[in-house]
Amino acid sequence: MISLTNAILFLLLAPIIGGLVSGIDRKLTARMQGRVGPPILQPFYDVGKLLEKENLVVTTSQNFYILSYIVFIVVSGALFFAGGDLLLVIFAFTLAHIFLVLGAYASNSPYSFVGAERELIQIIAYEPMIILSAVGMFMVTKSFFVNEIAASELPLILYLPGVFIGFLMVFTIKLRKSPFDLSTSHHAHQELVKGVTTEFTGPNLAKIEIAHWYENVFLLGFVYLFFAFNPAIAIVAIIVAYLLEILIDNTFSRVKWQLTLKSAWIVAGMMGLVNLGVLYYLAGVLI
Amino acid sequence: MTYLKKSPWLLHYDASSCNGCDIEVLACLTPLYDVERFGIINTGNPKHADVFVVTGGVNEQNREVIRNIYEQMPEPKVVVAVGICAASGGVFRECSNISGGIDQLIPVDVYVPGCAARPESIIDGIVKSLEILEEKRIQMKERAKQKEQGRSPGGGER
Repeated sequence: MISLTNAILFLLLAPIIGGLVSGIDRKLTARMQGRVGPPILQPFYDVGKLLEKENLVVTTSQNFYILSYIVFIVVSGALFFAGGDLLLVIFAFTLAHIFLVLGAYASNSPYSFVGAERELIQIIAYEPMIILSAVGMFMVTKSFFVNEIAASELPLILYLPGVFIGFLMVFTIKLRKSPFDLSTSHHAHQELVKGVTTEFTGPNLAKIEIAHWYENVFLLGFVYLFFAFNPAIAIVAIIVAYLLEILIDNTFSRVKWQLTLKSAWIVAGMMGLVNLGVLYYLAGVLI
Repeated sequence: MTYLKKSPWLLHYDASSCNGCDIEVLACLTPLYDVERFGIINTGNPKHADVFVVTGGVNEQNREVIRNIYEQMPEPKVVVAVGICAASGGVFRECSNISGGIDQLIPVDVYVPGCAARPESIIDGIVKSLEILEEKRIQMKERAKQKEQGRSPGGGER
């Protein structure tokens, strides 16, 4: 059953939840650094301000790419929460990021170019693991449909501990957290100016920010699937996973893209593939 | 709406400063002064910035750079000249390679005096500039409205 209500709820609530999570994230980060930090609602003020600013573009095709980016992020998230096919969700999600990369390439700026290339490397780094997660969920629940996975009584986390660790790695890359904030970062870092978002101003940057909120809520939903057998544990797991990401963000410095790619693939291989292999051989015993 | 005042993003550029004022600008970002409390972020990207903070005077080498950065910033934008060199050229005023303060090149909205300017006075100057930023936003909106009316049929005849 595909649930339209869930999809509409996602459309309406995800920006609010995503913005609040981002505000809490900034506050906690500031506290970890011994600062007072901005108000919790600061991300909403930022987006409000960006919408008030002038939209300067190098080429008008940038507008189109960024619109496509936010539309496909929203579509993939809505499909996920409606209980759609996980593989379709993952590929719509990837397509969204390809639009962001195209938008950055369209501007013909060197900083934007390097940011776009790094974004592509990040996609290459996390994509195998995110597909392995879907395959792992299929092996346990015999379904690629999110609603069936979520309704499963089996504790996915106990069958897929390695896949979950691999997914946390993807989570760090996707949240644009140190040590993997290669293409652009949330902090006031100034390496590469601002990477993939360098050439986007005002409303376009606001769209990227809102798309990022949608994306974060979708990823938190993905964490939920591992613990779907018990919603209370799942909520706790989501909070712990996010706090862990904030801690990692504040204790690691940025690494080079080579290490990002290698470590992401090594973790995907060691944790993800080995986990799936064990599951394959023990399939008769376990499930 | 007054979101602009709640989330001003800075771009800091060192023209020909002795670095004294620059270190004071960076001091504002440290845990002691923590300007992120007010939503202020040091972006380092002119296309994301609202407030252009310049230290030091204009010389022949940075003339083009200052103008270029200023033009890349989206409207509405304000310029804050930090330190006496950015205001008038300071002790370097008479040098053959110095043209004077930043206002010789681009319109400056707020002057923050001092050599070097104190972090408190820099924060004060930026807070003052936010009022001007808000005024500029209203002006920008009115200009856009007038342009819209000019375009609509019949609007041109009035």
